[in-house]
Amino acid sequence: MKTDAVKRFWVLVPILGALAFITLLLILFKASPAEGFTAMLEGAFGSRDRFLSVVAFWVPLFLCSTGLLLAFKAGLWNIGVEGQIVMGAIAASWVALKFDGPTFLLIPLEILLAMTAGALLAAFSGLLKTRGKVHEIFSGLALTNLAIILTNYLISSPWQPAEGGTFRGTAPFQTAALLPRLLESRFSPISLLFALIAFALVVMILNNTVWGLKLKALGLNPRSAMLLGVSSERETIVAMMSAGALAGLAGAVRVLSWFDSLRQSISGGIGYLALLIVMLSAFRALWVPFVAFFFSIVLNGSIILQLRTQLHSALGGVLTGVMVLFVLLFGDSRQIFKQAQPEEIADE
Amino acid sequence: MSELEIIAILSSIMLQATPLIIAVCGEVITERVGIVNLSLDGSMLMSAMTGFVVGLKTGSVILGFLAAAAVGAFFALIVAYGSIRLKQSQFAIGFVLTLLGDDLSAFLGQNYTRIPGPSVAKWGIPFLKDLPFGIGAIFFDQNPVVYFALLLVVLVWWWFNYTQPGLRLRAVGERPEAAFARGVKINFTRYLYTLIGGALVGIAGASYSFSVKLYWSEGHTRGYGWIALAIVIFGGWSPVKGMLGALIFGATKAVATILQHTFPEVSVVAFNALPWILMIIVLVLVGSDLSEWLVALVPKRYQNRLRSLLRVDAPQALGVNFGEK
Repeated sequence: MKTDAVKRFWVLVPILGALAFITLLLILFKASPAEGFTAMLEGAFGSRDRFLSVVAFWVPLFLCSTGLLLAFKAGLWNIGVEGQIVMGAIAASWVALKFDGPTFLLIPLEILLAMTAGALLAAFSGLLKTRGKVHEIFSGLALTNLAIILTNYLISSPWQPAEGGTFRGTAPFQTAALLPRLLESRFSPISLLFALIAFALVVMILNNTVWGLKLKALGLNPRSAMLLGVSSERETIVAMMSAGALAGLAGAVRVLSWFDSLRQSISGGIGYLALLIVMLSAFRALWVPFVAFFFSIVLNGSIILQLRTQLHSALGGVLTGVMVLFVLLFGDSRQIFKQAQPEEIADE
Repeated sequence: MSELEIIAILSSIMLQATPLIIAVCGEVITERVGIVNLSLDGSMLMSAMTGFVVGLKTGSVILGFLAAAAVGAFFALIVAYGSIRLKQSQFAIGFVLTLLGDDLSAFLGQNYTRIPGPSVAKWGIPFLKDLPFGIGAIFFDQNPVVYFALLLVVLVWWWFNYTQPGLRLRAVGERPEAAFARGVKINFTRYLYTLIGGALVGIAGASYSFSVKLYWSEGHTRGYGWIALAIVIFGGWSPVKGMLGALIFGATKAVATILQHTFPEVSVVAFNALPWILMIIVLVLVGSDLSEWLVALVPKRYQNRLRSLLRVDAPQALGVNFGEK
């Protein structure tokens, strides 16, 4: 029964390893680890406003990770998710800047266009893969950079605020175009509702639909899936578009509730974090919201850490990155302790 | 534009492309043996930072390069161990290392940003630097890092095509089962060349800090690792074509800068988009039937030459773990 106990507690090894790594870094930079971790926790839970910030940052992360579940299931590395967020943000900003109208018309229009923009960019990545044989990692990266360049262009020229260019962002949107926020925080309860609906839909698709099954088949073995009559092109593009639509929605949430305008670093790496979140969840849907919440705590906490200790807030990213790496490397005790493979014996 | 100006621009393209050339050579070696080291962007950042800090503290550029090579090799070791021993996805590990290298370099290097440090001095090769038509000025009136990159391209090309170990290297990346049957140690070979490739990527990162942008800053080399990965594909896993790709990329950036001066009314950001658009276009060109269409456009006697230039064949066992079907 010893092995059972090892298995049960093995989950903790990568987590403790990552915490030990961060402790070492803090000591190396002559900061008190206790103080550092306290600052992080207080940064996340220290006050009502901070906690609402954590929730507000969590929602777009949750949305993106949910969409990525579909792409990953189909075996797709949708690294372009970062650019899809940016495109969603641009589309929502366009509506917010150019149209006048009541909230109940503006918001659905913003959301709809944001999801379409994200989905279209993702579809382009998918088409480049199926028609142009370009791996989605490279098309995704190039398109992400182009989307960021487009944002910078819009901010610096056509959408420049009237009082002169700051190169930081557009003028704040009209109030009617913003998502209603809770208690003057950056958190909009409606956005959470969107995320929960999206999550429920994705879980249902993956577990209870033929399409979910097709995606899994495509992800596990593209060749046999093709032989079974699964169209890899259609499935690839639809999976990419679903992920892109949710990323676009996340982009809309970023401009309409986290900020109130289009900013230079509108996503700031949320898409890349979402990829890590899905990996750390071991591609299991039900873990995604919790892991995403953990990421939000760490990243919000590390900002307060920087304010208190003057240490770079990249430490939050180091913590999450090391944790995912350790899970990939040491997460499976059987792999670590198993005997060498036959060919490795032959190798020696 | 005068001849002197053009030569000056070309030699600056050569200088700026060096880190890319070295990184591309490193990744070509790694991928030719069957492993994808996707962590380039992160490991270049980590090695650019480590190299700079070690160089600054010790005053020795050589020690800086060695430390950077060690960092690059360590990142590659993680990718190799994860994929060979643990049979994890090479993409997953590489991607995590990319993000981790970015954040870790920002954190560890936070007290060393934008301060002057050591650099590699220009050292023209006697006689060769006086070669006519700008050849001397472009290739032989540079710093030693440039010569290292040029030698490396030749060495890797010769190793692949004219040596026994190079043949075994390629066999492991193409047909590991066959190589195994011939007594080649598959996993040992993969570890060895992945580490060598990683060390070169590390040197590429440090050469950026010591020879192109002479300091360290957060995100110093960000994007270059990904571009190197794309160039490896564009160059059809050949070091010579890879060097060509790196130079073309450098030229696009130079052209963007020149266009910027010529058409100041067009926003600066529009020109920044050029390299990325080029990346998509060339990858489509080499990956799809479009290349055949392009070949058909040129006169018959050049067709074969263009075809062999555009043809890319990925190593057949690329990304496939040995003993796994």
